[in-house]
Amino acid sequence: MQQFRLKLYVTGQTPRSRGAIRNLKRLIEELIPENCELDIIDVQAHPQSAEDDKVLATPTLIKELPLPPRRIIGDLSDTNKVCEGLEIAIGDVRLQGERL
Amino acid sequence: MITKSANKGIAKLPTGIPGFDLITLGGLPKGRTTLVAGTAGSAKTVMAVQFLAEGIKNEDQSGVFVTFEESPDDIRNNMVSLGWDIRQWESEGRWAFVDASLHPEHDEIVSGSFDFGALQARVEYAIAKVGASRVAMDSLGAVFTQYQDRSIVRRELFRLASALKKTGVTAFLTSERTNENGKIARYGVEEFVADNVIILRNMLEAEKRRRTIEILKFRGTMHQKGEYPFTIIPRQGVVVIPLSAMELKQKSSSLRITSGQAEMDRMCGGGFFRDSIVLVSGATGTGKTLMATQFMNAGAANGERCLIFGFEESREQLFRNAGGWGVDFAQMEEKGLLQVVCDYPEIMGLEDHLLRIKHHLDEFNPHRVVVDSLSALERVSTMKGFREFIVGLTSFIKHKEVAGLFTSTTPNLMGGTSITEAHISTITDSIILLRYVELLGEMRRGLTVLKMRGSAHEKTIREFTIDGSGMHIGKPFQDVSGILSGYPSCGPTAELDRVNSLQQEKPNG
Repeated sequence: MQQFRLKLYVTGQTPRSRGAIRNLKRLIEELIPENCELDIIDVQAHPQSAEDDKVLATPTLIKELPLPPRRIIGDLSDTNKVCEGLEIAIGDVRLQGERL
Repeated sequence: MITKSANKGIAKLPTGIPGFDLITLGGLPKGRTTLVAGTAGSAKTVMAVQFLAEGIKNEDQSGVFVTFEESPDDIRNNMVSLGWDIRQWESEGRWAFVDASLHPEHDEIVSGSFDFGALQARVEYAIAKVGASRVAMDSLGAVFTQYQDRSIVRRELFRLASALKKTGVTAFLTSERTNENGKIARYGVEEFVADNVIILRNMLEAEKRRRTIEILKFRGTMHQKGEYPFTIIPRQGVVVIPLSAMELKQKSSSLRITSGQAEMDRMCGGGFFRDSIVLVSGATGTGKTLMATQFMNAGAANGERCLIFGFEESREQLFRNAGGWGVDFAQMEEKGLLQVVCDYPEIMGLEDHLLRIKHHLDEFNPHRVVVDSLSALERVSTMKGFREFIVGLTSFIKHKEVAGLFTSTTPNLMGGTSITEAHISTITDSIILLRYVELLGEMRRGLTVLKMRGSAHEKTIREFTIDGSGMHIGKPFQDVSGILSGYPSCGPTAELDRVNSLQQEKPNG
């Protein structure tokens, strides 16, 4: 199975940040629980990381592995879109993200 | 107790952009954001960079440049020719980029709502890192093309602008316009930085590009109104020409200087004033360049430095002509009393000519300056541009308190005035007309002093001749009328005089 390396940029403790984190964690648990490395970065605490990765918007999910790299911007409420971005086959799993 | 600060109003931050601080009456409103809107190619980016560059160079104020459009590397490279070494400033910790330009390799998709929290954190971090007091953002419109949901982008940019205000920096935000006369900026950007708006224009008028800057509004503080021309100069950047904002504070002298013609001095009531501008108008070949040559020769004879801008003849031609009238330009130049600057009017726009003239005036610091001829410059500009040029030129010259002599070529051989005169006559202190006079089958030359501000002058029309030793002013035309209108007619005395003179000449011939 493919190894995932994900980075999620959020801004502080806003509802949007928390929602994105919840949505992403649920999706990982359901679909790729064994082989995912997730790094959650608060831009207010680590602005230099955001600078290095040229991140503008939060939340921004960066898929570093598997290649090619890809970015998903937003609260990650649209699971289909997130899976499409991460290139994960949803199969029969039905997941509903939390909209904000 | 009444404190002073309550009454102070909005402070301004002098930008250091030449001319800009004059039309803004002191600079940009301090601690606020100003939107600078313009069409493609209206020099928004150059000005944004310059806003930071001048702060670093002159005021020791650091700056943060947020770029939404060009990559930092492009900006670093493009600005080298303007004399701004951004890499050097970055290494000194006085300049920081926030790269918010579009990176296609990021391959972004959008799922749900988002904010610009990361961008805001990066900008605030950069401001803190270099201790910036100036921030430039170029250009806001580009953000709208990165994201589909414009309402989110608008809301987030507004939030960013508010956050900037809280940090106390003075911000210079650019945005594009789709055309020169439409709404202020694309995507309604002006709505969230509505305090201060400046518009840059790059208009095509009569096949000539003309750059102007206009301060549309400064909330709660004063500024000059209307459009001001500006130009971009290598190694200097944007230079605004603050025509009507220039102060009329030059001193006026009652000191007289010689025109190089004893008779002309008498006609003017004792010579030209030392800091006055004289316009010499005449058709081609009437002796305008000769008057200018004698004017400079007389100056050099008194040890005064003379500067001539030739727009009609080459250096060689000017030297040869002067030689033909017994004036040695080469020797004057050797002594450091003469500088000759010859250019084709077409090589650049009038704004650039004006700045070049100013540059030479500052460098050579002359006592006398000649422009030969103004009408040659008229053809490279629009009417409006030309009028502004004349005002600017006169103001520069008067500011330096030097004597100026401008020539102007009338389009008609006989009589007539030129457009040049219409624009300049009220600005110049004296006007001398040189005219061809057709009398009884002969082409003769006449001159008159039309105007001499602050002094009495002779009102007659004098005949003059030109030979190898220059100009010789003779007696007034007697009994001839209509010279200036171009249709001279003579009364009986003139006819009799001529017949008499013919008879007198016979025995000799």
